[in-house]
Amino acid sequence: MKLALTVNKQADNPKLDRRFGRCSYFLVVDTETQKRAFLSNPGVDSERGAGTQAAQYLVNESVEAVISGHFGPNAYSVLDAAGIQMFAANEGQVDSLLADFHTGKLPHAVSQDGHRRGRRR
Amino acid sequence: MILAIASGKGGTGKTTIATSLAQVIAEQSPLYLDCDVEAPNAHIFLDPEFEQSQPVNLPTPSVDENRCAGCGRCAEVCQYHAIVSIDGKVLVFPELCHGCGSCMRQCPHGAIEEIPSVLGLLEAGITPEGIHFARGTLDIGQPMAVPIIRALKQWDPYGDMEQVIRDSSPGVSCPVVETLAGADFVLLVTEPTPFGLHDLQLAVQLTEELNLPAGVVLNRDGIGDQRVEEYCRSEGVPVLMRIPFDERIGKAVAHGETLIEAFPEFQPRFHEVFARITDLISDHETTNQPVEEIMPASRCSKAIGS
Repeated sequence: MKLALTVNKQADNPKLDRRFGRCSYFLVVDTETQKRAFLSNPGVDSERGAGTQAAQYLVNESVEAVISGHFGPNAYSVLDAAGIQMFAANEGQVDSLLADFHTGKLPHAVSQDGHRRGRRR
Repeated sequence: MILAIASGKGGTGKTTIATSLAQVIAEQSPLYLDCDVEAPNAHIFLDPEFEQSQPVNLPTPSVDENRCAGCGRCAEVCQYHAIVSIDGKVLVFPELCHGCGSCMRQCPHGAIEEIPSVLGLLEAGITPEGIHFARGTLDIGQPMAVPIIRALKQWDPYGDMEQVIRDSSPGVSCPVVETLAGADFVLLVTEPTPFGLHDLQLAVQLTEELNLPAGVVLNRDGIGDQRVEEYCRSEGVPVLMRIPFDERIGKAVAHGETLIEAFPEFQPRFHEVFARITDLISDHETTNQPVEEIMPASRCSKAIGS
């Protein structure tokens, strides 16, 4: 499974960046091989629409699950529609969050505004 | 003459100055545009009877499911990330859409049509003293003020007007740029405090960027310090009027009175401001080539770093 974590720098065991749309990097982990790669978030400098842009990017990268602190309502709608699982964490380093993920300790993120945004075609 | 009243800092007295300026030239039937579309309030002071209205629409995409092949071209071309494409499904986020029409034109299957999405309302009426008044109001939940301001500027409910007063929102971001664009003069209202100075500096930079002549009204004169005056002197921005700090003025405004209604002795000073502005505009015209092309609104916030 391709799992992405939102982080603010490229390091060995970086800290989680709680912002989904405005994080600097996505650390993408292949949960079978444990291979890691950093992807720059194209949404970080967007004036607006950072959430939809970042979410579209992860959809295109075939990511299947994301760990972040806060998913904005637009990003949530996109990831939800794409069937990408969202996990919420308050803080922590990547390694311990991955351990929590593997032991099923991370809760699923819930929609922040209670209703789905975006107009389906 | 199109006169824009702006400020960097909020709460310095833009509407207090703008409403009194309109009142002293009321017999010339000026047009007053309340361009603070996120919180219009000049009607409280000038009391127009609204008699005309018009919705402001933005064309936003609607995707025809039967024609859409799910190629994702629309999501690729959208500069505002208002369309997302997921495995052949298309999600549209109308509140992010700027109505540019790229998705519709670029769709290889002709699957997108534009449908109007209501952003707000324009209203116009005449005040008891004969000021032609128009305002825009952004609908609650809508994030973009600029299309409303642009529509308000173009609306013309009473035909071409000689004297136009545009009452701006505070700050120096896109809505203010749109309000100032095309004006002949910008009157910047500030106060002699550190915040007043800081935000005045940003506002002066904006008028320079737009190549518009500007002058300052120093409100609540007597509080704070001399640094605003010193800055204006060093930058060559004329201080056109000083209004002393006086609790009675604040009380009158809080009761919905304009400055010259409560204190008619200020009337001659507002006439003087108009006279100075007329001179400053002609000075500016003789030393500057007219600049037709203003900064595109879509780039404004980046250009001035707000």
